[in-house]
Amino acid sequence: MTREEVLQDLRGRFGEDILEFLDKSPTRVYIEIKSESIVRMGSYLFRNLGARFQIASGTDMPPHIEILYHFILEDINVIISLRVKLNRENPEIASLAKEIEAFNWIEREISELLGVTFTGHPDPRRLLLADNWPECVYPLRQDYEEWDETADRTRGV
Amino acid sequence: MGKTIIPIGPYHPLIEEPEFFTLTVDGETVVDIDMRMGYNHRGIEKLSEGMVFENSTFVVERICGICSTSHPFAYTRSVEDIFPMEVSMRAKYIRTIIAEGERIHSHLLWLGLAGHFLGYNTVYMWAWKLREEILDVMEILSGNRNSYAMFKPGGVRRDIKAEDIPLCLKKINSIVPTLIMLKKAVLDDPVLHARLKGVGVLSYQEAIDFSALGPTSRASGVSRDVRKDSPYGAYQEMDWNMIVTKNGDVFDKAVVRILETFESIDITKYCLENLPDGEIDASIKDVPVGEGIGHVEAPRGETFHYVKSDGTNRPVRHKVRAPTFMNLPTYKATVIGQTISDATIILAAIDPCYCCTERVAVKDDKGKMLYNGQDLVRLSREKTEKMRQRMGAK
Repeated sequence: MTREEVLQDLRGRFGEDILEFLDKSPTRVYIEIKSESIVRMGSYLFRNLGARFQIASGTDMPPHIEILYHFILEDINVIISLRVKLNRENPEIASLAKEIEAFNWIEREISELLGVTFTGHPDPRRLLLADNWPECVYPLRQDYEEWDETADRTRGV
Repeated sequence: MGKTIIPIGPYHPLIEEPEFFTLTVDGETVVDIDMRMGYNHRGIEKLSEGMVFENSTFVVERICGICSTSHPFAYTRSVEDIFPMEVSMRAKYIRTIIAEGERIHSHLLWLGLAGHFLGYNTVYMWAWKLREEILDVMEILSGNRNSYAMFKPGGVRRDIKAEDIPLCLKKINSIVPTLIMLKKAVLDDPVLHARLKGVGVLSYQEAIDFSALGPTSRASGVSRDVRKDSPYGAYQEMDWNMIVTKNGDVFDKAVVRILETFESIDITKYCLENLPDGEIDASIKDVPVGEGIGHVEAPRGETFHYVKSDGTNRPVRHKVRAPTFMNLPTYKATVIGQTISDATIILAAIDPCYCCTERVAVKDDKGKMLYNGQDLVRLSREKTEKMRQRMGAK
C-alpha cells in the first residue's frame, strides 16, 4: 500500500476512534485517538499493516497524561504516532502487552515513572526503579518532589 | 527431579554491566528465566529536561560509552524534526563518517568479547587490536577515542581537515587484510561452528513480535535497517548491502556483525573520499513549539529519541529508547530450552551495551608522563621474554 492508501484505510476503518489527524510531514503522522481504542488500533497497525512498534513515550501535561505510541511502517517510511490523553487523577489504559510482547517492558516503565495503570498487563512489576523507591511517587510527573533526604542531585552546572 | 535456581549477576565477571538474571534449570536445561534490571538507571531523561537544547547533546552522549554517537545523532535529528529542517550535505557526510566509524569499532568490540565469552582469547586479542586502529582514526577526526562531541542541532561542531583524510584512509585500509583473515578464522572454524550453530535461535516471527532491532533481527531474516528504510545522513549517496541471514542463532549474529563491518568500512571510505564542500552548521537559534522524532541505526539497532518543545530553550519531554531495550527481552525466546553453559553467550549475542574507555598513561605525582602506550607494549614484551627464559623456552 502507498502512504495515501494507508492513511485513507486508517481514516475509513477507525473514523469513530480518531479525534485529530495531523499529517505533519512526509514521514511523520500524529493521530489522536480515544483511549479505549488503543488495543484495536495498535494491534491493527502491528498485525495487519506490519508496522514495527518503536516505543511509547509518556508525558505529564496537566490536566492530562499523554502517551504516544510510535509505529513505523518501514516499506513506506512513515512513523505513525498514536496519541492518547488520560485523566491525570486516575490514568488507566488497556495493556497491549498480553497480545504483543514488544509492549511489555515499556508499559512497565511508563507505569512506574508516570503512574499509569495498564489494565491486563501480564507482568506489572517494576522495571527500573530501586526496591526502596516509595509507592505512588512518580519521578516523571511535573509535581515530583525529592523524597530521599540523603540523595545528592547536584549536577555541577 | 527438582528444579534449581541459578543467579547470574548483579555483578558477573563476564557480563560487564550490572544486570541480574535468574535461571531456573532442570538438570542442565534452562526451563525459565527472569531478569531484574535498573542498577544503572541514572535518570537521564529527567536530567535532559532541565538542560538547554544544545547541552542535552552532551548528556545523551554519555548514555553509552560504545555507541556514544548514536544518541546525539538521534537527538539532533529529533530536534531538527521539530522544524522540520535538513542539515547541509557536508554535515551529513561528517555525521555518517563518525557513525560508521563507531559501528566498525563497536562490532569489533563485540567480536572480541564474544571470543572472550567462549574462552577463545585469540579472537579477543586480534579484534581489539584492529579496533585500536579505528579508535586512532576517530581520535584524528574528533580528538577523542570515544564520546566524540561532534554533533549539534543543525549540523556538526567540528570540520574534518583535508590534510587528515589521507592518514585516516591509510589506517582504515591497513586493517582490511587482517580483518579478512579474522573473518575466515571465525567463520571457517569447525569448533565455533559446533559451539554456536543452532544455539539461541530467535525465529523470524519472534523477532517481529519482540520488535527486535539491528543485527539481532537481521540474523533472523528480518530485513530491517533504519539506514535503508528511512534514509538519513549520507547513506543514499553510495551503494552498500544490508546483511541479512536466516538462521537466527548466535553464529548468524556473529556473521551479520562481521560482514557489516566490511560494509561500514566501504561507507566510511566513500564518505572520506567524496566529502563535499559547504557549511557544517546551520546555527539554529530558537526551537519552535512542537515535537520531533529522530531515529538512527546504532551498532546494536535503532536508537529512538522523542523531543517535545514548548517554545522555551529547554525540552519539556525527552524520551530515549536505546536498542537494547527492545533486544534484551528476546532472552525469553532464546534462552529457554538451552543448556546453562550456552546461556551466557546467548545473552551476550544481542550485544548488550557495555561501557568502557581504555587508555593508559602512567604519570608521576607532578603530572609528568612516565610511560605512554608504546612503553607499556615494550614493557609487556620484555616481561614475556623474561618469563619465557625463566621457563626455559628458546
